[in-house]
Amino acid sequence: MTRTPLRPLARILAARRAGENPDSIEQENLEARHEADRDSQRERAEGRLLVLGIAFLSAFVMVGLKMSVMAGSDPVEPKSAASGAQIVAARADITDRNGRILATNLTTHSLYAQPHQMIDPDRAARELAKIFPDLDDDKLFEQFTGKRKFLWIKRRISPEQQQAVFDIGEPGLLFGPREMRLYPNGSLGSHVLGGAGFGREAVSAAEVVGVAGIEKAMDEELRDPGRGDVPLTLSLDLTIQAAVEEVLSGGMRLMNAKGAAAVLMDVQTGEILSLASLPDFDPNDRPRPLLEGDQADSPLFNRAVQGLYELGSTFKIFTTAQGVDERLVSGSTWIETTSPMTWGKHKIRDFRDHGPALTVEDVIVESSNVGTARIAMMIGAERQQDFLAKLGLFKPVPVELIEAPGAKPLLPKRWSEINTMTVSYGHGLSASPLHLAQAYATLLNGGRVVTPSLLKGGNPLGEQVISPNTSKQMRGFLRQVVTRGTASMGEVEGYHVAGKTGTADKPKPQGGYYDDKVIATFASVFPANDPKYVLIVTLDEPVETSGPKPRRTAGWTAVPVAAQIIRRTAPLLGLAPDIEHRSAQGVALAQN
Amino acid sequence: MRSLFFLVTAMAVMALAVWAYRQNYETQAKLREVDALRSENADLRERAGVLRAEWAYLNRPERLVDLTNLNFDRLGLIELGPDHFRRIDQIPYPLENVREVMDREVSE
Repeated sequence: MTRTPLRPLARILAARRAGENPDSIEQENLEARHEADRDSQRERAEGRLLVLGIAFLSAFVMVGLKMSVMAGSDPVEPKSAASGAQIVAARADITDRNGRILATNLTTHSLYAQPHQMIDPDRAARELAKIFPDLDDDKLFEQFTGKRKFLWIKRRISPEQQQAVFDIGEPGLLFGPREMRLYPNGSLGSHVLGGAGFGREAVSAAEVVGVAGIEKAMDEELRDPGRGDVPLTLSLDLTIQAAVEEVLSGGMRLMNAKGAAAVLMDVQTGEILSLASLPDFDPNDRPRPLLEGDQADSPLFNRAVQGLYELGSTFKIFTTAQGVDERLVSGSTWIETTSPMTWGKHKIRDFRDHGPALTVEDVIVESSNVGTARIAMMIGAERQQDFLAKLGLFKPVPVELIEAPGAKPLLPKRWSEINTMTVSYGHGLSASPLHLAQAYATLLNGGRVVTPSLLKGGNPLGEQVISPNTSKQMRGFLRQVVTRGTASMGEVEGYHVAGKTGTADKPKPQGGYYDDKVIATFASVFPANDPKYVLIVTLDEPVETSGPKPRRTAGWTAVPVAAQIIRRTAPLLGLAPDIEHRSAQGVALAQN
Repeated sequence: MRSLFFLVTAMAVMALAVWAYRQNYETQAKLREVDALRSENADLRERAGVLRAEWAYLNRPERLVDLTNLNFDRLGLIELGPDHFRRIDQIPYPLENVREVMDREVSE
């Protein structure tokens, strides 16, 4: 670049000659040079702005394009991310405490039709009716030729049925995949498991939702995809549940009862090892609720949880325990037991006359209503109510079943003195066998509140209700009921069964009580010296007919059944019997 | 010197391009493999579920009771009773015949 001098000599000389100021020439040239500089700088700046503008523009265009691509494309699972095994869409399995499956899922298919795609609706209807005998071909044909574009034919079909439908070769019959809930053990534990059905349905998938029992109560947890394939572990033991149900159903038939219930529970943790109610049902094919009559006669009715019965003399131990714990009486205190006892216009009678007086211990062993009523009067209505409430007999048992919150015990409307007396021996207050199990466990485990649970692990013990010493005494009383009292058939060699019988007349729906219909209950714990389990057995309308007269008392009906249950289950529970070994031959047997 | 530099640069670019190309296809192949494995995994999981369900079905207590009753005599079973329990110190150990068997195996 040629640089023009600011003061060109020729022009300076000429200006000097002309008498002008040569500085103005310099000024002029300086300005010209500045202008040129400015022009070039602006050009460069404009160029830079342009480049920057293009860069920004392309960046924004890129972002915009990417956004529109993302917005416009279908969502895709990231393929290269770590394996998604933690998220499992299927409903979680349910297992027993040893991991044996109680409920699992199977993939099956549903069958639906799109009539407008059908080639030969008449033949399709006929063939379908052949495969599924419960379908009617005339009705199907009507549906296939009607206006509908879509209809479900079967919610769940087996692979064989699917193949048979394939073989029809009708393009208008289509299949959608379906998760299906399977209960491999059939009716075993049916009242606990409840059952499952379909919730929202689409062609390609359907929700499986619990409809009853623990399936419904724990529905959220079972459906949570975040739990992966961790099953829900119950406190039930499948083997023990099977043994209990088998013995109970045998006993129910033998005693001509129309229903039966049993609860076997750990006295420390409240884990329910077995909860049976008969008659039962198959949760794979859950029957419909009864449309008329008493729901309590339906196989769906869970007698152990929903059945509120007056549980009779089994309540006497509560009155006695409170009396002893509050030091109103002791085991050897004499109580007047002249029967009938008159209170206002009411009369309280014993099943048989026990003479003028019994000790408190014998009031339990002989099961005297009069004696118990007298102890209850010493305690008074208010404290009696407090005590029974602490044992959990005033509110539903918080167990993990959808039916449980509805089973609120039926209490007397006004708690008068006569109510205090009748409730003391188990009349006028209706509770479920599970309530009884809870109360017995609380009384006999050393006196701390037990909360029943169907989940493995159970619940921690609650507050102390009676002293450990009273609890020990009560175990002694109940043990004597078995050794020399009303439950003599309950003795199981080596297991020191302790318990109390209860026989309550069934109330008529229109008021009053039946003469020949009873609820027989046996509430027991074993082993009495160190209680581990509580077992409640309830029979509905049992009659034992081997003798000359029909016998209905619990001692003849519920007790032998309970004893057989203990005989069968105690070895399975891992309880070694406490007996002297009978012969050397036994030792030899164990050796081989 | 300059042309050598250009040559090296061009070679490097080509090498990188080849590498990127191969990586691209290798990644795609791996993704397909992962897909296949994943669907195989899902299939196997489902089959395992079916087998577990079948196992549970075959081992349902009802059937086991029937089988036990059927084979009670043949297998020489006896009903479990309270006198079948022993404390561990009542069982002689090592058992005589077990020791014989063990000795024989050692000498062979």
